[in-house]
Amino acid sequence: MEERKLTCIVCPMGCQLNISLEDGKISSISGNRCNRGSVYAHEECTAPKRMLTTTVRVIDGFHPFVPVKSDKPIPKEYLFKCMNLIRAIKVKAPVKSGDILIQDICGTGVNIMAARTIPRAEKQEVS
Amino acid sequence: MHNVDLAVIGGGPAGLAAALAARRNGVDNILIIERDKELGGILQQCIHNGFGLHYFGEELTGPEYAERFIEMVREENIPYKTNTMVLDIQADRTITAVNSREGLLKIRAQAVILAMGCRERTRGAINIPGDRPAGIFTAGCAQRFVNMEGYLPGKKAVILGSGDIGLIMARRLTLEGVEVKMVCELMPYSGGLTRNIVQCLEDFNIPLKLSHTVVNIHGKDRLEGVTIAAVDENLQPIEGSEEYVECDTLLLSVGLIPENELSRGVGIALDPVTSGPVVDETMATSVEGIYACGNVVHVHDLVDYVTRESETAGYHAAEFIKNNNGASGSEVHRTIPGKGVRYIVPQRISNNSLLKGFKIFFRSDKVYVNARIAVRCGRQVLHSVKRQKISPGEMEILDLKPSHLENIEVSSLAENGLTIELEY
Amino acid sequence: MIFDVAVIGAGVTGALTARELSRFDLKICLLEREADVAMGTTKANSAIVHAGYDAKYGTLKGKLNVRGNVLMDQVTRELGVPFKRIGSLVLAFSDQDLLTLRKLYENGVKNGVPGLKLLDRHQVMQMEPNVSKKVKGALHAPTAGIVCPYELAAGAVENAVKNGTELKLECQVQDIKKIEGGFVLATSQGDIKARFVVNAAGLYADLLSAMVNGPEFQIRPRKGEYLLLDKSQGNVVNSVIFMPPTEKGKGILVTPTVDGNLLAGPTAVDVSDREDLSVTSSGMNQIIKRAKQMVPDIQFRDVVTSFAGLRATPDTGDFVIEASRKAKGFINAAGIESPGLTAAPAIAEYVLDLLRQQGLELKPKTDFNPVRKPLLRFSEMSDKEREELIRSNPMYGNIVCRCETVTEGEIVESIRRPAGARNLDAVKRRTRAGMGRCQGGFCTPRLVAILARELGIPAEEVTKKGKGSKILMGEKV
Repeated sequence: MEERKLTCIVCPMGCQLNISLEDGKISSISGNRCNRGSVYAHEECTAPKRMLTTTVRVIDGFHPFVPVKSDKPIPKEYLFKCMNLIRAIKVKAPVKSGDILIQDICGTGVNIMAARTIPRAEKQEVS
Repeated sequence: MHNVDLAVIGGGPAGLAAALAARRNGVDNILIIERDKELGGILQQCIHNGFGLHYFGEELTGPEYAERFIEMVREENIPYKTNTMVLDIQADRTITAVNSREGLLKIRAQAVILAMGCRERTRGAINIPGDRPAGIFTAGCAQRFVNMEGYLPGKKAVILGSGDIGLIMARRLTLEGVEVKMVCELMPYSGGLTRNIVQCLEDFNIPLKLSHTVVNIHGKDRLEGVTIAAVDENLQPIEGSEEYVECDTLLLSVGLIPENELSRGVGIALDPVTSGPVVDETMATSVEGIYACGNVVHVHDLVDYVTRESETAGYHAAEFIKNNNGASGSEVHRTIPGKGVRYIVPQRISNNSLLKGFKIFFRSDKVYVNARIAVRCGRQVLHSVKRQKISPGEMEILDLKPSHLENIEVSSLAENGLTIELEY
Repeated sequence: MIFDVAVIGAGVTGALTARELSRFDLKICLLEREADVAMGTTKANSAIVHAGYDAKYGTLKGKLNVRGNVLMDQVTRELGVPFKRIGSLVLAFSDQDLLTLRKLYENGVKNGVPGLKLLDRHQVMQMEPNVSKKVKGALHAPTAGIVCPYELAAGAVENAVKNGTELKLECQVQDIKKIEGGFVLATSQGDIKARFVVNAAGLYADLLSAMVNGPEFQIRPRKGEYLLLDKSQGNVVNSVIFMPPTEKGKGILVTPTVDGNLLAGPTAVDVSDREDLSVTSSGMNQIIKRAKQMVPDIQFRDVVTSFAGLRATPDTGDFVIEASRKAKGFINAAGIESPGLTAAPAIAEYVLDLLRQQGLELKPKTDFNPVRKPLLRFSEMSDKEREELIRSNPMYGNIVCRCETVTEGEIVESIRRPAGARNLDAVKRRTRAGMGRCQGGFCTPRLVAILARELGIPAEEVTKKGKGSKILMGEKV
């Protein structure tokens, strides 16, 4: 049997959840003040996922980088693998908000998309 | 001299929402003045998500949230100038601004909305002893380097301050391969959202050291390490608790203060606690025709609330312009932070507000569990609500409806003001 | 190539000495171990031009203080350096203090300080309404003033370079050998030969002197910590406010700065490390306590930064300015602690006299230009001046530092000038960019980009203050 402690983030209360796991399955949850805490605990203990936001290098853009995000949450254990892939790519300006820059990253079924528009650079100037 | 109906100082989320609200309330001739090279303000470097849940009902990143408003401003054809810095505002609403294309600009506005946002507190403001090496950044400065310019500030970092920017940067640096050794927080509680503590620190096993601070900085040229120490209940370092932490980077996330130089210059009354202008429920400042909204008034934790507040400012600035610069003339009363309340915005309310209702924003002075928020005028309790948890890191909003206010006596309000306090 | 004179150290002493030498037909080099001029004692002191009542009558300090004070008008005018004669007050809070003031007054009169006056309580309160009501009297010295020390040094170096002096930065002198007719200086940039050497090496002057003279005197670093306050506090006092001096120095003072801030400090602590510029919480607390005794209403929540400087305190009790008895042509200008900044123009004069006595021929140059134009300051211009400036150079319409209203034009100019800025702190000292309320929070990324562009280096090579102080640790990826 495994014991886990989590802080619930569903509401500002931040309940401290004590979870008992047996063979990866939750056998008991305590510390939650409402049912939403238990739903959260189930997700966190079985298949935790996170949104990933980072940047991608842009060539000839108004900015040298474009912010990107995953279009769905990514399994937590894939975050660093995805970062390595995203770091390796470059895109050419212009980039449009919503453009898919990487499809099905690391086989997760999640796409990485541009989170803003980056037009072409006007001219070289320090601002 | 350039004449406009409404000049909006700052093209971040506050300025954009205020300009849009004014346009939708019938103001044609608007000018947004932005000092950076594009609209959007600080949101452009806040690439993480979590923006817009309240306003759009979905989670957006900072740039996405900004882009939605920038698009609306373009659709409405609201003129704006970027790379343009306002140097001075006079009480007659004449603005002096400068940019490299047009030189010095004199702009005469019927109404002005201040939306310059805030800046970060620095090492000087908190007086950390020690050396003066390279490698000490405010969290926002590091955020700009990493997210917009593409540079890393260092390889091993300590973060002082657990406000949201500090927490977000802990995760951001970790994802970029920087070793974040710890986040130290002077107070016994974090100033950030619980969600950020979990997803930015706990996810990556970054220790959060509450009641700890940096007491010394080491390194002549580049930072080599910091000494941290636990603090007692008076926030004084406890002798013997010092610990040396090797690092080449120290990020400071030790609070934000409104950019109040222009506000002060024009003679607007400032609230010593928020450091921003004293405003009424329409977001009017003490100088007629000048309104203020967003982080220039008080530091918000959610941009959604900045947007709402700015829409109020924009709407009422438009009313002011439409009424031929006529002030409402309505009698004005004070709001008073009572027990457990650090500050309240608005600091003033008019008689008009009693009929329409209004929102009160406030922050508590520490963490309270199972407390009651009470609104009273003298001894008369007008309204009271229970909250499971109230903490300084999360701004409280109280929606006062006309029904809560209908029994209020104006003479008592004039005499006693409106007090917000916590019962615990 | 053999230089006529090598000046070691580009602090205010070396800078003004090199500039005086550049009036004459000589080959001069100015050697500085740091990445910018004015990096030692010059950049972190009280920035006061003392009247001269404090230094004991008959000492070199006393003589050169009063002479330096007189010269300060012309030198700052020629070099375009901000200098204001705002006067100083030494406050007395006890009968003992009043006695001290009388002694200071008498010493000052002997030194030849003009205009000294003992004031009663009423007169003090009229001049300085914010000083403590407990004040019993004061010594007023109308010729005291405030100056920008690093601009004085940087302006002097710039002017010297314009007039032919060769400046070598990051050039550390490691050894000095006497040879026939001159000296060989072994430096981090190779050997440099010079007929005459002026040792103005500040905190290291004793070590350099020992290479030639053997151990004759010692420099003991004495640390002084300061608090710099926002301009909101800059008007709390009108003049330089002192407590009566003690044997450790003039004590903690409160003064407006030429930029309109308020400065409080310094502490005085003997340290062993010549590089120890750390600030301490005990030092800060001491400054606050003492400053509040003099001016109770100072708002210390408006501190923008704290810093420390090291005084080059000699064990002789007086400036050590003399020609070597062992090696002809080697001049020490050492032990320049307070009132060294004030005395600097007079020290330069004095050193030239010594060089002449040692056999250096001083033949005036016909094309010497004493004038150095100050950097333009957009924040201090009228609207009309601003408009014309931006029309002639649009970079002056781009505000980079928002707190201090510093334009891209000023920053670029500070880098492109002779002996210009090579790093972030150097830009900051010359233009005030990054020196305001946000302490560079907004403008650091822009300053890094401008420095990289102007110096033709990648952004990650830009430093805060020279070698080893890179700001960024490389590009992402």
